[in-house]
Amino acid sequence: MRTLLAWIAGGLTSVVLTPVALADGWNMPVGVTAISRDIYSLHMIIFWICVVIGVIVFGAMFYSLFRYRHSRGAKAATFHEHTSVEVIWTAIPLLILVGMAVPATATLKNMYDTSEADLDIMVTGQQWRWRYEYLGEDVAFTSNLGTPREQINGTGEKGEYYLLEVDEPLVLPVGQKVRLLLTSDDVIHSWWVPDLAVKQDAIPGFVNENWVRIEEPGIYRGQCTELCGKDHAFMPVVVEAVKPERFDEWLAERKEAAAQEASSADREWAMDELMERGQQVYGSLCASCHQEDGQGIGNFPALAGNEAMLDDVDWHIDRVVNGVSGTAMASFRNTLSAVEIAAVVTYERNAWGNESGDSVQPSEIAERLADQGE
Amino acid sequence: MASHLPPKPTPQHSTATAGGMAEAGHARPRGLMRWLLTTNHKEIGSLYLIFSLTMFFIGGIFALVVRAELFQPGLQLVRPEFFNQMTTMHGLIMVFGAIMPAFVGLANWMVPLQIGAPDMALPRLNNFSFWLLPVAFALLLSTLLMPGGGPNFGWTFYAPLSTTYAPPSTTFFILSLHIAGISSILGAINIIATILNLRAPGMRMMDMPLFVWTWLITAFLLIAVMPVLAGVITMMLMDINFGTSFFNAAGGGDPVLFQHLFWFFGHPEVYIMILPAFGIVSAIIPTFSRKRLFGYASMVYATAAIALLSFLVWAHHMFVVGLPLVAELFFMYTTMLIAVPTGVKIFNWVATMFRGSISFEPPMLFALAFVVQFTVGGFSGLMLAISPADFQYHDTYFVVAHFHYVLVPGALFAILAGAYYWLPKWTGHYPNLRLSQWHFWLSVIGVNLTFFPMHFSGLAGMPRRIPDYALQFADFNLAASMGAFLFGASQLLFVLVIIKCVRGGEKAPAKAWEGAEDLEWSVPSPAPLHTFETPPDFHPHQH
Repeated sequence: MRTLLAWIAGGLTSVVLTPVALADGWNMPVGVTAISRDIYSLHMIIFWICVVIGVIVFGAMFYSLFRYRHSRGAKAATFHEHTSVEVIWTAIPLLILVGMAVPATATLKNMYDTSEADLDIMVTGQQWRWRYEYLGEDVAFTSNLGTPREQINGTGEKGEYYLLEVDEPLVLPVGQKVRLLLTSDDVIHSWWVPDLAVKQDAIPGFVNENWVRIEEPGIYRGQCTELCGKDHAFMPVVVEAVKPERFDEWLAERKEAAAQEASSADREWAMDELMERGQQVYGSLCASCHQEDGQGIGNFPALAGNEAMLDDVDWHIDRVVNGVSGTAMASFRNTLSAVEIAAVVTYERNAWGNESGDSVQPSEIAERLADQGE
Repeated sequence: MASHLPPKPTPQHSTATAGGMAEAGHARPRGLMRWLLTTNHKEIGSLYLIFSLTMFFIGGIFALVVRAELFQPGLQLVRPEFFNQMTTMHGLIMVFGAIMPAFVGLANWMVPLQIGAPDMALPRLNNFSFWLLPVAFALLLSTLLMPGGGPNFGWTFYAPLSTTYAPPSTTFFILSLHIAGISSILGAINIIATILNLRAPGMRMMDMPLFVWTWLITAFLLIAVMPVLAGVITMMLMDINFGTSFFNAAGGGDPVLFQHLFWFFGHPEVYIMILPAFGIVSAIIPTFSRKRLFGYASMVYATAAIALLSFLVWAHHMFVVGLPLVAELFFMYTTMLIAVPTGVKIFNWVATMFRGSISFEPPMLFALAFVVQFTVGGFSGLMLAISPADFQYHDTYFVVAHFHYVLVPGALFAILAGAYYWLPKWTGHYPNLRLSQWHFWLSVIGVNLTFFPMHFSGLAGMPRRIPDYALQFADFNLAASMGAFLFGASQLLFVLVIIKCVRGGEKAPAKAWEGAEDLEWSVPSPAPLHTFETPPDFHPHQH
């Protein structure tokens, strides 16, 4: 019994203390912002308070268990209350908590100060991707999981950043105060990057605020942390922090590309072009529900051989543009460009044995969006 | 006052005549009908306990499906849709089907025996509240077979994932929760009526064993919050089927309102699952320390304080939904306060052991493990209370580790401790010592191997409720999955212990444990079907 108890005590202590020594990958990251460091130190202070209390309480308990064993002939005392002791062990924890509340309150106030931001980013959660909009800059894009399906299904070897990589990261300038405005198009999501110590729910009908001032250039990875449906595990967040000069260059490139995309809606697109682009869009936005092979799954309808869709091209476009209220089918009016909508509709009407032969031109879609916008 | 009390049995209403009347007056039904119609608190208590053990294994199998999928990165065994149904069902079954009914079963058996009452105050209602449960849970489990699958939105069923975006079976899920809720409310009314009216003459409130006290307070919590749950699920029902928009932002509703309502129910609910555990442990530790419980009065006050505070802390589950700063601060301070009465309890247990005369029978082993492991869960709770830090902890495996530590190595271990403690009273035999010890040690190793690594994976950044994860979390998940299967398998030993104990084993006397003091130890072991038909002679412990 004695060795067993010693073994347990030793085991517990080492289990509790090893991670502190190893730190990396076992503990909360210190992060790269002033707030993340403040939070880390709060975390470590409260952790050590718990360790000290634990050592005292468990020490007293295991001492009693060992020292006052019936089998050693211990005779039980008869005391069963002691007012001053009880007052002391009510008061001391209370004082410790007050001591803890002071720095926690200061940090929290700082976290809530979203004023005087240099840059505003609108972050919109969608099943199952993030959309980033640089407010006032005419730059917006969606950020999808970058990990190929083969890696998830086990047919391909998993890469270093398995499930923590995206097609287009959120690019932010270091040293500037960036305000994040978070909302959602469907269910509640939560945007989290541990190194930035930012976690904020994205809620339909609400716009939440948070902010970050990143101190070091680098790539910071996180995930959605609020259960948001079947692909909750597959909507990572990747932030690429760059020097302000590099950020300005990047923003200019993005504006240029957006302008080109808009103007390309005016020209005639060939079927092959539309199909190729459509397959890309389908793969990143549609396949998670309607599946790669268009067969659908569970409540998500099949598109292959879907007669309602094939009979009526207007009906089809309407569903993609406006979504279907009361279901998981989102509106892509603001997510996709006219070119992308035309391409994906064309693709869906001509893939997996669908042989409508229709090709929908970006110009038609652009006109339609303009009409509906009025 | 006295005129309000139910009539006391008269002296000539002796044990013999009462037994005779029961046998001759109306022949007891046999077989299935006996159990369907029973109004006896001991039989209903056994039904509750058997039901909760069954649900524990069903919920456990769901947990093992989850752990098997998480054994290594990648999707191997189940699709994410099904994975979400498993996590949801595991939570719902364990909370509403295993832990809560287990405590109600223990209350049914032990509250009348501990206060010297002949039965529960409302025996027919007691029968009804039990038999609602198999109906509720058969309905809940049947949703897994419905088109679109069962509930897949987590046991907290946040709207609008659980309304606009939910599978069609959600309506059945709502109905089953309503039925389970009615069962809980009726059970709570019965327990309150019993404790307030049927105590042995001379037993004042402050003479009651702590298990009775904690259950009295728990029952008030149940009556206070189960209607809130009923309200929120009815609002969901309206949103889903009748076109209202309580939680639908597109119709002017408020998804965050759902969370406020849910957690106003949900936080007291988690104390509903721990307060009776405190009561059980407060019975066992003095018994095996052969010394009276230290600070009885402060234990009662601490329990009441925890119960009151439980109504003021709900939004600590919502620190990242975008509460205003003042709300964030208020809920941080109130949450931190809970540590004070909880600490008092732990200190009192340790002080009870200090200078006692301690032996390590199986109930004591489980109770001691409870104290240590529940305290670990309390520590992580204290960390989670620090609102700025919660922005990092929230919805990660750190939270999963926290609430499993208070619920599994916490509440469940207390239930197991209670079962080992009272099995001699229920069956007349001691549980097999060797098997009990094997069960204990394998459970302790399994449960800690399962849940301790989750602290690390959570701190390192692994979110909850994901079927697949990044590679740096692989080792933690491997350990957790191995622990889960070990823990699950070792519970089969518990079933074996119970079966052997019912069939035979070392005979237990009325007072099965040397240091046991409460009234239940004054009736024979096994306790006859009818006890305390005349009120016992109760001598207060001069607490």
